[in-house]
Amino acid sequence: MSDFTHEVPGGAAWSFPIRAGRLVTLTALGDDACVSTLLFGPDRLDRLNVPDTLKAQMSACIKAPMVLMSDRGVALASVVSSSLDWHDCLTGFGSDAHLARFGPSSYAVDRNDWKRSARTGLVSELTKHGLGEADLHGSVNFFSKVGITDDPHGTLGLLTGVSHEGDTVTLRTEVDVLLVLATAPHPLSTTPYAPAGVRIDVAIAEPVTSDDPSWQFRDESARALEQARRLAA
Amino acid sequence: MTTTLQATVLDTVVQAGDGALIRVPAGGRLRIVDTHGNQAVDTLLYDADDIDNRYSAFDTIREQGAVYLTTGSRLLSTRLDELAVISDDTCGRHDTIGGACAQESNVIRYGEHVRHQHACRQTFLAYGAAAGIGQRQLGHNINFFMNVPVDSLGNLNFEDGVSAPGKYVEIVASRDILVLISNCPQLNNPCNGWDPTAVQLLGWWES
Repeated sequence: MSDFTHEVPGGAAWSFPIRAGRLVTLTALGDDACVSTLLFGPDRLDRLNVPDTLKAQMSACIKAPMVLMSDRGVALASVVSSSLDWHDCLTGFGSDAHLARFGPSSYAVDRNDWKRSARTGLVSELTKHGLGEADLHGSVNFFSKVGITDDPHGTLGLLTGVSHEGDTVTLRTEVDVLLVLATAPHPLSTTPYAPAGVRIDVAIAEPVTSDDPSWQFRDESARALEQARRLAA
Repeated sequence: MTTTLQATVLDTVVQAGDGALIRVPAGGRLRIVDTHGNQAVDTLLYDADDIDNRYSAFDTIREQGAVYLTTGSRLLSTRLDELAVISDDTCGRHDTIGGACAQESNVIRYGEHVRHQHACRQTFLAYGAAAGIGQRQLGHNINFFMNVPVDSLGNLNFEDGVSAPGKYVEIVASRDILVLISNCPQLNNPCNGWDPTAVQLLGWWES
């Protein structure tokens, strides 16, 4: 049974503190969704560190059952399941410059359809928690895939048609976290403005057992989870 | 038209495991020389007038459409301002997704026995303090001379460096910037050839 459900429409942003031991399922409400996501630990100073997350788990993308690690080596959350095997975390979130191709937009003219970038939405949410621009960090762009080319430059580009309405990813919070997300278009998107929304279902997680896939994934994943266990103990 | 010759205003050695905070004015050139080869030089850039306008690895990667940095790479801030451009590079490519070592991330990667070893993050914080750069201002950095290949299957690896003694990288500041360097003390992976060594910093600008 879900503790609560919340829908974030496309082109919006949201933040919420979520306690340790919850399952947070994101469900894409349309094709080619992009949920640019930041995570903070219990003290709001420790935060998601994408480079550490990648190098410790030898991956250039986020997928189950990786753990999302903080600056201080704490597993903030584990990716317990996902209908996709690649979530982008190398290209950051979009700025207003990436919306310029859609022409000017303002609340005065467009009311609730005004177009705001992920960055604007994320900063707006951060300010509610006493945080701000200084706290922006590398995001995970759930439901987006950025393909990498095996060439000397590591050329990359957004792949479309990879994610669809109904795709899901489920995170298990390992400590109390602040979840901050935006549903603006991916910064490399070239399609018309139609960002998908996301449904968020929060439920109580089952106790972790010794055969948990994230604990079993790599020694590094288990060590980060052990740091989280100590923090939440 | 008059030409102003720029004298060498900076010529210093940063020892293994040490750091530096250098203000480079707009147009100034900063060269980092890998004196022994196989060294990783963890580097952060800041707008000298506003440290919240800092280097952004992932904005830089996305806007150049490539993972690795080399000559011509524009080093962008979180506001998409150009902080500097790599103007010369005898190494070939540099990493910006591998991040910096921390005492805590060392524990995650290598085990509890390395917890009290020296790490880049502490060097960043020690040298950044003079400019008000603290934990909140530490973004994801550049690793000059480091080789972190990624592939189309989504794998990431650490490999032996592609650098060699005397190879260098040079940046030109696009505005007044602060360059925060940690000359990585890492002993546990091949980024330093298991032997951290000194680097030389050379700077040319009107003092």
